[in-house]
Amino acid sequence: MPYTPHTPNDVQKMLSEIGIKDESELFATIPADLRAKSFDLDEGLSEFEVFDNFAKFAKQNDTSKVCFLGGGYYDHIIPTAVDALSMRSEFYTAYTPYQAEASQGTLQALYEYQSMICELTGMEATNASMYDGGTAMAEAALMAIRICRKRKKIIVDSGVNPIYIKIVQTYLAYHDLEVIVLDVKGDGTDIKSLLSMIDDTVAGYIFQNPNFFGSIGDYTEIIKALHEVGALAIMSAYPIALGILKSAGEMDADIYCGDGQSLGNYLGFGGPSFGILATKQKYIRNLPGRIVGITDDMNGKRSYVLTLQAREQHIRRDKATSNICSNQNLMALRATIFMSLLGKEGFSKLSTQNYNNASYLKEELSKIDSVCIYNQNPTFNEFVIELPICSAEFVSQMEKRGFFAGLKLDTVYDDFDNRVLVSVTEKRTKTHMDEFVIAVKEIV
Amino acid sequence: MSITLFEKSQTGRTGINIPKQSVADAPTLDSAFLRATKASLPEVSEFDVVRHFTQLSNKNFSIDANFYPLGSCTMKYNPKVQERVAGLDGLANLHPHHITNNQTDSMQGSLKSLKVLEDNLCEVTGMQAFTMTPQAGAHGEMLGIMMIGAYHKKKGNNKRYVIVPDSSHGTNPATAAMVDYDVITVKSGPNGDMDLEAFKEAMSDEVAAVMMTVPNTLGLFNPQIKKICDIAHSYDALMYYDGANMNAILGVLRPGDIGFDVIHLNLHKTFATPHGGGGPGAGPVGVGERLQEFLPDLQVGFSEDVGYFLKEPSEGSIGKISPFFGNYMVLVKALVYMQTLGKEGMINVSKKAVLNANYVLARLRGHYDVPFDTLCMHECVLSADSLTKEHGVRAMDIAKYLLDFGLHAPTVYFPLIVKESIMIEPTETENIDTIDYFCDKMIDASNLARSNPEAFKEYPKTLPICRPDETKAARSLNIRWQ
Repeated sequence: MPYTPHTPNDVQKMLSEIGIKDESELFATIPADLRAKSFDLDEGLSEFEVFDNFAKFAKQNDTSKVCFLGGGYYDHIIPTAVDALSMRSEFYTAYTPYQAEASQGTLQALYEYQSMICELTGMEATNASMYDGGTAMAEAALMAIRICRKRKKIIVDSGVNPIYIKIVQTYLAYHDLEVIVLDVKGDGTDIKSLLSMIDDTVAGYIFQNPNFFGSIGDYTEIIKALHEVGALAIMSAYPIALGILKSAGEMDADIYCGDGQSLGNYLGFGGPSFGILATKQKYIRNLPGRIVGITDDMNGKRSYVLTLQAREQHIRRDKATSNICSNQNLMALRATIFMSLLGKEGFSKLSTQNYNNASYLKEELSKIDSVCIYNQNPTFNEFVIELPICSAEFVSQMEKRGFFAGLKLDTVYDDFDNRVLVSVTEKRTKTHMDEFVIAVKEIV
Repeated sequence: MSITLFEKSQTGRTGINIPKQSVADAPTLDSAFLRATKASLPEVSEFDVVRHFTQLSNKNFSIDANFYPLGSCTMKYNPKVQERVAGLDGLANLHPHHITNNQTDSMQGSLKSLKVLEDNLCEVTGMQAFTMTPQAGAHGEMLGIMMIGAYHKKKGNNKRYVIVPDSSHGTNPATAAMVDYDVITVKSGPNGDMDLEAFKEAMSDEVAAVMMTVPNTLGLFNPQIKKICDIAHSYDALMYYDGANMNAILGVLRPGDIGFDVIHLNLHKTFATPHGGGGPGAGPVGVGERLQEFLPDLQVGFSEDVGYFLKEPSEGSIGKISPFFGNYMVLVKALVYMQTLGKEGMINVSKKAVLNANYVLARLRGHYDVPFDTLCMHECVLSADSLTKEHGVRAMDIAKYLLDFGLHAPTVYFPLIVKESIMIEPTETENIDTIDYFCDKMIDASNLARSNPEAFKEYPKTLPICRPDETKAARSLNIRWQ
C-alpha cells in the first residue's frame, strides 16, 4: 500500500501496546449486522496507470479552440510565478490557520489579499474569500436581510448572471423572504420601473456592472434612492473590469460580491474559483467567513491572526452569520500573487486592453450587414451579437472553424434564440479577431 | 520580516509584461463610468513577489513538512500525482460554459470523470446518487438540509426542528439555521454517545432531521445508530450523515446500508485532496431513495448512443447551490486518490487510521485524562483538565509547546463537551516513528506541566511569533493595509 507505511512488525508492536491481538478487534464496537453489504471497487493502480486514465479524460475534452467564451469565466493570462508560488507545498498542503504561530505565511498573505481587494473594490472591509461569485451573492443577500431587520424583500436586476440568480433563489427559498427578479427589457436596467419599486420594504437590490450582457450602467441615482429608504445596494462585478470602471466604493454600494477566477485562476471546468465579499466598515460584524487582522504578539512583534471569530460557526453555532467554515484559500492566494505581479499600473493596463480588444471586435462585427449588436449601452469586454441564424447553429459552425464563439443565450433566457454573448480578453490578438470576423461572414 | 508587500512597493516597478495590444485604442468611456483613481496595488518586481511569497511560505507548517494530528480534520498525505493530473491542459483549461451551451462533445472526458466518481462514491457509502456541486463540507450540509426541507414541503409535513448531538461540529447547527430550522441539542450520555433517552424525548412530529457524525467527534462509534435511524424514520424525520469522520469506517460500514437518507463527504479529508491552507475543499452529497428527486441540477447520465450527457433536473429539484460542478479540480484529485488505492487500499485506510489512533491513546493514557476510556476509532480525545486544575497548564499550553518541536497542535477545545479537550487524529499515512516522536513530546509536556508549569508561558520559542494578542486584534481592528 503506497500511502500506509506500516510493516508487519510495526503492526505487531502497535497491537501489543494497545493490548489486543488482531486489527479486526479495533472494529469490535460495530455490530455485524451494520457492516458494509458491499464494497465492490476496482483494484488499486500505480500512479502511472492512473495518470494515463486522466490523460485520456483530458483528451476527450476540447480546449483547442480560440476562446471567446466568457459569461463570468474568462481566459486570462496566468503568470508563471502564480503557479510556482501557489504550488509550494508549504501553502497548498497547509491547514486552516487556526494556530497563528504556525501559519504566519497564510495569514499574512490573506491580510494582503484583503488589502488588495479593498483597493480594487473601493470597499472598507472584506473577508478571506467565499466559495465563488454565485454563493457570495447569496450570502450578500442574506447579509442585507440581517442588516435591514424585519425587511423581507430582495430585488435582483435583470442584468445579473442568471446562474447566480438561481443560486440566490435557492439559498433564500427556505426563509420567509421575497426575491423579485426584474424582467429583461433590453441590455440595461429599466431605471424608471425599478425606482417605482424601491420603498421601505426593500432590504437590498442586487445589480451587476458590467451586467451579464456586457453592458455598463450608471447606478448612482438608484443607489441614492435605495439609501433614502434605508435599503442596501449590492453590486456584483467582474474584478478585471474594476481596473478601469467605477468601483463599488465610488458608487457608494454597501456590499460588493464577485467571482475571483479571472484573478490568476484556471477555468478548471468551473472550479475551484473563489468568491469575493466586501462591505463598508459599519457592516463588518454581519460579514460571514474568515477575517484576518493585525495584532502584536507577547513580545510586541507584528502578528497576523484570524479575528472577529465570534461571528463564525465554530463559536456561535446556530447563531453564526453563516455556516461557511472554509475559504477558497489557495485561490485567494493565487489572486494575491496575480494582483501583486500586475500592480497598480499593470492592472489598469490589463483592464484597458480588454476593453480595447473587445471594442475592436464589436466594431468589426457590427460592420457585417446581417449581424447586429444587441447592446445599446457601452460595453467592457463582452457584448451580445444578434444573428440571422439560431445560436446553436452558429456556435457549432464556428467550432468547426476553430472558435468557441461564445455563450448561447437561449440556454438561459426565453426568446433569445439568435443571440450569443461574445467575450474578448487580453489574450486575443488582432489576428484571432480578424479570423473570427471572416468566419462569421462565411457562416451568416 | 512581517512587512507587507505594500511597504515594499516603489512607484514605477512592475512584475509583469502583459501581451502587447494589437489593436488601436477604442474611444474612452464616459467618465461617469470610470474610476477616478487607479487601484493602489503594490508596485513590485516579479522577483520581489517571488521572494516575498517564498519567505511567507517558510512561515507555514504544512503536511509535507509537519505532523498534523488535528482531530476531526484528517490531515493525511496528499499524493503528488494529483497535482500532475490537475495540470493537464484538457482539464485545467476546460471552460465551464460548455455546460451552459450543452456542448457535451467538448467535455466528454470531464463528464465521464464525474460519473465514475459518482459511481465510486455510491459504492463506498451505499447511497443511490451523488451530486458533485457542493464546494465544501458545510456547503454539502446545507444542500442536504435543503433537500430534506423540500421533502417535507412536498409531503405537507409541518417540521420546525433539526436535532444535533452536543458533540456535533459547529457547522451542523449553523447549517440548520441557514435553512431556517430551529436546533434542538441532545446531550451525550456517560459513554460519549448521544443519550438515547434524551433523544427519544426530543423526538416529535415536528423534527425534520437528525444530524449525526459517525463515528462521533469523540472518536466513538455509537452502536445504537440503527435504532436512532429507525426512531427518526418513525416520525418521518430524515437521517443526515456528517461524513467528516468517514476515514474511520471506509470499507467497514456504509451509511446507506443502515438507513441514512443523505450524507456529505469531505473529499479533502477522507480522499486526500490538499487543504490549501483552508480551502478549496469539496463536499459531494449522496442521497437515498427518499431524496433523489430533490437533487440540484447537473447530474451526469450515460447512454450508448450519445455518450455522457447532462440529465434534465427533476421537477422537485431544489435548484442550484453552485454554478457548475463545485470545485471540479478537487473532485478530480479525489478520484485520482481513489483509483490509486482501489478496494484493498481503501479498506486498509480505515484499518490503519484506527490502529494509529489507538496506539496514540495507549501511549498517552496515564499522562493525560481520558474522558471516555475505551478503544477509539480514527481519533482519540484526551483532556488536560487535571493538569489545568493541579498545575494551571491548559490544553492550549500543550498545543503551543508542541509547535516548537515541529509538530502541529492537535485540535483543542473541541468537542465542546470535554473540558480542556485535546483531540488527536494521526491518520493512516503516518509511520510509527513519527507517532512515537509525537507521543514522546506529549509525555514530555505532561511531565513539564507537573515539574515546571511556568515554563509553558514562553512557548513557542522558535516560531516567527509567540502568543498573539487576539483580544487586541478584535478590539483595534486592522484588516487591511492603509
